[in-house]
Amino acid sequence: MTATENRPTYKYVGTRPIRHDGLEKVTGKARFAADLNLTGQLRGVMVRSPHAHARIKSIDTSAAEAMPGVKSVTTGADFPDIDPAMPAYDEAINVIARDEVLYHGHVVAAVAATTLSEARAAAAAVKVDYDVLDPILSIEGALEDGATIANKSNRTLFLGQDDETNLASMAPFGRGDVEAGFADADVIVERFFTTKAVHQGYIEPHACVADVGQDGKASIWASSQGHFAVRSKTADILGWGTDKIKVTPAEIGGGFGGKTTIYLEPIAVKLSQKASRPVKIVMSREEVLRATGPAPAAEISIKVGAKNDGELTTIQSTMKYSNGSAKGYAAMLGAMSTASYKFPNLDIQTFGTVANTPKSAAYRAPSAPQAAFAVESCVDEIAKTLGMDPIEIRLQNAVIEGDITAMGAPHPKIGFIETMTAIKDSEHYNSPVPEGAGRGFGTGFWFNIGEQSSATVNLNEDGTATVITGSPDIGGSRASMALMAAETLGLDPMRITPIIADTESVGFTDITEGSRATFATGMAVTNACLELIAQMKARAATMRGVEVDTVDWLDGAAIVDGHDPLTIAEITAQAKQTGGPLTSTASLNAAGAGPSFAAHLADVAVDEETGVVTILRYTAAQDAGTAIHPSYVEGQMQGGSAQGIGWALNEEYIYSDDGVMENASFLDYRMPVASDLPMLETIIVEVPNPSHPYGVRGVGETGIVPPINTIANAIHSATGVRMTDLPMSPPNVLKAIHEQK
Amino acid sequence: MKYAAPTTVDEAVGLLAGDADARVFAGATDLIPQIRSGRPEPSVIVDLKKIDRLIGAVDSGGNWTVGAATPTSTLTASAAFTDAFPGLSEASGLIGSDQIQNRSSWGGNLCNGSPAADSVPALVVNDVRAVIAGSNGERTVPVADVVTGPGQTSLADDEFVVEFEVDAPAANTSDAYLRLIPRTEMDIAVVGAAVRLTMDGNTCTAASVALGAVAPTVVRVPDAEAALIGSTLDDATLAAVADAASAACNPIDDKRGTIEYRREVAGVLAKRAAVIAAERANS
Amino acid sequence: MSRTHVNCTVNGDEVDFLASDDTSLLDALRDELGLTSVKEGCGTGDCGACSITVDGKLNCSCLMFAPEAEGTSIGTVEGLADGDQLHPLQQTFLEGAALQCGICTPGVLVAAKVLLDENPAPTETEIRYALAGNLCRCTGYDKIIHAVQEAAVQIGASK
Repeated sequence: MTATENRPTYKYVGTRPIRHDGLEKVTGKARFAADLNLTGQLRGVMVRSPHAHARIKSIDTSAAEAMPGVKSVTTGADFPDIDPAMPAYDEAINVIARDEVLYHGHVVAAVAATTLSEARAAAAAVKVDYDVLDPILSIEGALEDGATIANKSNRTLFLGQDDETNLASMAPFGRGDVEAGFADADVIVERFFTTKAVHQGYIEPHACVADVGQDGKASIWASSQGHFAVRSKTADILGWGTDKIKVTPAEIGGGFGGKTTIYLEPIAVKLSQKASRPVKIVMSREEVLRATGPAPAAEISIKVGAKNDGELTTIQSTMKYSNGSAKGYAAMLGAMSTASYKFPNLDIQTFGTVANTPKSAAYRAPSAPQAAFAVESCVDEIAKTLGMDPIEIRLQNAVIEGDITAMGAPHPKIGFIETMTAIKDSEHYNSPVPEGAGRGFGTGFWFNIGEQSSATVNLNEDGTATVITGSPDIGGSRASMALMAAETLGLDPMRITPIIADTESVGFTDITEGSRATFATGMAVTNACLELIAQMKARAATMRGVEVDTVDWLDGAAIVDGHDPLTIAEITAQAKQTGGPLTSTASLNAAGAGPSFAAHLADVAVDEETGVVTILRYTAAQDAGTAIHPSYVEGQMQGGSAQGIGWALNEEYIYSDDGVMENASFLDYRMPVASDLPMLETIIVEVPNPSHPYGVRGVGETGIVPPINTIANAIHSATGVRMTDLPMSPPNVLKAIHEQK
Repeated sequence: MKYAAPTTVDEAVGLLAGDADARVFAGATDLIPQIRSGRPEPSVIVDLKKIDRLIGAVDSGGNWTVGAATPTSTLTASAAFTDAFPGLSEASGLIGSDQIQNRSSWGGNLCNGSPAADSVPALVVNDVRAVIAGSNGERTVPVADVVTGPGQTSLADDEFVVEFEVDAPAANTSDAYLRLIPRTEMDIAVVGAAVRLTMDGNTCTAASVALGAVAPTVVRVPDAEAALIGSTLDDATLAAVADAASAACNPIDDKRGTIEYRREVAGVLAKRAAVIAAERANS
Repeated sequence: MSRTHVNCTVNGDEVDFLASDDTSLLDALRDELGLTSVKEGCGTGDCGACSITVDGKLNCSCLMFAPEAEGTSIGTVEGLADGDQLHPLQQTFLEGAALQCGICTPGVLVAAKVLLDENPAPTETEIRYALAGNLCRCTGYDKIIHAVQEAAVQIGASK
């Protein structure tokens, strides 16, 4: 670990206790949504469009309804119309189509029956009459003159016009004078980069169980990154009040952003309501790949200008992202990745398009990996042209606190230079490149968000504590909540039980996304603990018969001059006598999220006769602010690296001309297996975020941004071949070797 | 769909003869995914693994008889088998993960009829024979005659492969199998190349070369074999082997590889496999 | 519907259940025996989340028909611990943070135990190839490999 400031001495923060939910996960007891069963439950199965684009002329469910075991059937007609201008519209249509199907696999109906095989048989008996339309399957196709309109409800974000269009968004960013910048540049690199859609690849398919009682109230158990969002989105889509829906989060088997949206819950609730029985719906892997949201494909043209002394002066880029079937923010977010270097002259034009492919969903630092592929590859090329070390050129141009991002706001305190320096000082960087291999350096970052969190901390009679939050634990955050509470209270983390409560048992909490849980929910936990300390000081004052302002708090005890300290356990033992139970709730809309920068280094070998790329050694450095639980910070860095490596080398959506995904299985959607990767070395850098009581920066997303560009730069070092199209799979690498050598 | 687990070959033949939609299986590692992806379910699935004759690899003085449902992990774990047929052993061991290896079998890998089956090029270069049982009794054919096209075999509805016969190799003979996959494991072969050579010192005196995943069925490459015989595997010979292998391909473009990629890599793997086989033959 | 009566042993206990012949062993274990530790990640044998042992051999339960379990001895992660004593692998996985979401963990533990039973001192490469059939999307495998190595050391030291 590299701590770059006078790091406070923490007693518990920074230690590596066994996570509180670990035992149940290594013994098989942990319950994920598909593991839950309610008495009398039905199994739900979706009816999905066999066409990438079509109008629904009619749906006849009568045959299905008559089949054995079938208890309810639903179609879009059961769901209220939503104004297309409302935020919930796109998600509502995505859950179940109304008159237009927008991608192959789009849900048009669903069936619930007493067994899965009965439900499947009935789903196959639902008759849908379609008017097949031409699908839009590419960015280029979307923007052609006279192109078919992929989604007739799409309107371009920010434009305020009411025309049907395939343009989902357009947003320009600029400063300085790029013409003058290029005229003045000594070196100019101009390239065109393309990436394919990739899936988050969580091993757990989406699943939920919904039970609507005769009182019209729904209880839902769901695999989700945000159960309050499941409640509100389900409510919006069904047109119900949020008081009619209770959501309990099950353990979640991976999300990475892909489970911040919903697919199943409104349908499960509707089927349950109509049957007056619980309904369980579990997606198959094929359904997950065909019909849930991937990260967008992108096309990025880019031109970068630099001076001979290494100053990166000018960047001009057009970034186009395909959002799939509905509009989104993809393209704009890509512009964020140009915020790593000072670039006095900047002109970024971003465009989002729609297509008849699944509605894209977040995937760790959405849109940044694609944009960073372009920017970092060009910086690498400039460094090599100028004969400069790839780290040195970046150190020279790196943003620091106060430098302006592409979006126009100044960076807060950040650790980009410190992170790159950590790689520069690393054993990996200072070791010789293996014979025949190539070494690549690359970087990336993510802004991270704050948003709303609530936390309740209860002190139990024996001085132990329960920390209750509403942030589903997707990476070990439960342990971090306990550590922050432990540090604040002065209580051993193993005497603290962190739990994630349902929507009726804890205050509103936004989705676990944007690397916000340890940051924002941690802040709420800390605040609740601080308030508890104030309460305990007051109780101590009562117990000792002194004024409360003479009481201090140190190391988990109330200190009163001339008396023995009163420990938490001693205070809680007297709670009834001194005023009642000791409990505190805090909530906030967290500000001050700190960006997390990362720098990666890779040694690769390329078999120039087959195009196979082998990663020999990989090191990731990342600024965590303060690593509350270092093992789980390392885990985020390693997980992001592995996903980025998969995205770089072999993952891609392959579509037929009809818009049908041809590789909808883990056999042909090729994610890294254990033998594909070396050990993933990690260096945690700590440049504390001044806005968080423990200096936390979210770390979950950044790690996926550097790998693609790091590996592309390494392949260039190894072979002299510049890869500009993903994936860098063996056939693509071999082709590039032939074309460029 | 009903499950049946006969304990004799005759019982299994009877089940097949009595129902045209009955299908045999050993590991089901292709059967189950096919059913899940919508292929019509068989009426009866006939589990061959309870028939003693179909399980086990027996060495009779260097000639091996391998039950058609024998898990390939049994073969790769056999030092004697792997010593005698290193290429055939490594090909068998490449059919999937350890989980798959405890189920996959030569019978299944062959009769599933995938052009990319890993064991088949190695079975072919080793002149392995398949013993087939049916209502009309048993017949023995070269392995190369079993598969007639993608997913198609020359077996009648009431027939299945019972065992395989592998003759002891001649002196100074060995084999090798290489495949190209995008990852390091868990992929279907994009190209598979098997070579068996007999060496007399540095000179090759006999050669078999077979390619998988580059045509509807496994292809022998006579021109590569001719180039190898009488040569010392010098660079010119290896280049000729590569060219012949590339020329012998009749591949398709699919989600696993393009025509041009398969052609080129077939040549690369054929020459690399030849070098390995030669080294093994001489050791 | 007609279902087959299957008798087998699971983690040392004699059990029996009913399943229709086309049910996978995975579904039978989860739905008939309540063994939800065995997960479906793909249903096609490509992810290993359903890994079990059958007569000591590692298998994907999603690629087996329920009746095939007749007369066999099946092992799942529930059989790793010995009463209140965790298996060294479970302990090193906890201490080494070799899991994040935990969905792949039961299958990985079953596969790792089979590896260490057969090869008590595996190299890093041997571990990686032995676990190639178990997909993990959270960890990048690094801490999993370290935990297996550490468990091998501990098991060796206790002999």
